[in-house]
Amino acid sequence: MSTFWVGVIGSSFALFVLRYLGYLVPEKYLTNPRMLRINTLIPIALLSALVGVPAPTEKGKWVIDQRFAGVFVALIALRLKAPYFVVVISAAATSAAIYRFK
Amino acid sequence: MNPPPLIGYLGHNNRVSKVNRATAMQSLSVSFAVGLYGIAFGAAGITAGFSILQTCLLSLLTFSGASQFAVVGVIGAGGTAVSGIATASLLGIRNTLYGLRMAPLLQVRGVKKILAAQITIDESTGVAIGQEDLGPEAMKQGFWFTGIGVYVLWNFFTLLGALGAQAMGNPSAWGLDAAVPAAFLGLVWPRLLGKFERTLAITSVLLAIALSPFIPAGLPIILTAGLAVIFGWNVRP
Repeated sequence: MSTFWVGVIGSSFALFVLRYLGYLVPEKYLTNPRMLRINTLIPIALLSALVGVPAPTEKGKWVIDQRFAGVFVALIALRLKAPYFVVVISAAATSAAIYRFK
Repeated sequence: MNPPPLIGYLGHNNRVSKVNRATAMQSLSVSFAVGLYGIAFGAAGITAGFSILQTCLLSLLTFSGASQFAVVGVIGAGGTAVSGIATASLLGIRNTLYGLRMAPLLQVRGVKKILAAQITIDESTGVAIGQEDLGPEAMKQGFWFTGIGVYVLWNFFTLLGALGAQAMGNPSAWGLDAAVPAAFLGLVWPRLLGKFERTLAITSVLLAIALSPFIPAGLPIILTAGLAVIFGWNVRP
């Protein structure tokens, strides 16, 4: 089975188990304040890393190319409080423009 | 719990239907706003090398935006299936906590419990909690309307995005390769409430970038979860 299929089936299974668990486990076991705090921080760390990895690396090497510019424009759009869709589109448009003209 | 009598003097509980309109409207607008991002996910899946079927199955079964983007992000960058699944799971732990919060409210059993679990996401929980002032009935409606609404629209737009990206061909020519990290940036942005969160975010980006050339793809991302543990252990943000 390909990596892609294992990823699809594995993540679907994992996510369902995680969700269903919430309906089974008594609340008191998962409300430790430290755990709650870490739980709100984990998405911040992972999502930030996910911004960082695809933008300036390619096949395990650091590169600065059109993707980096796209993410930079997305950052500006977010600072200007642009809606999510505008953020994604502006990054894509920037990256596409540089890709075509370079 | 018995509902209060609907008949009586004017002004007392004079609602015309059992559905709370404000709750329904909020659910609908949230469903549309979020569902639309399905286009970005559909395109990201194809860009990362997943087939249309695989991309759509991720939306149907995994059904958790950040986790889905993580799977395609990690595997698309050459990471193993295990690191993709691990990253998605770490991002999905919050759904367990949402379930804990929703279980006493929904009081579901059997098949309904499975359905409720499947649509337990940021948005359904968020809208449900947002209806607290209107009472438990409205909270329940907020949960089901939003959960089902996002589910239907997210999947519809995923298919649309996947078909669109397939038709476009080379993802770089359309900037789709930058759209994925930008999508993550948009997801993390609202969580960066203070200096503490921003420091964690910047540290995570730098760590992940620094490690990328040296360890297998996907691992640098998972390792940043360790940073979250270190940051959250003692400090009170």
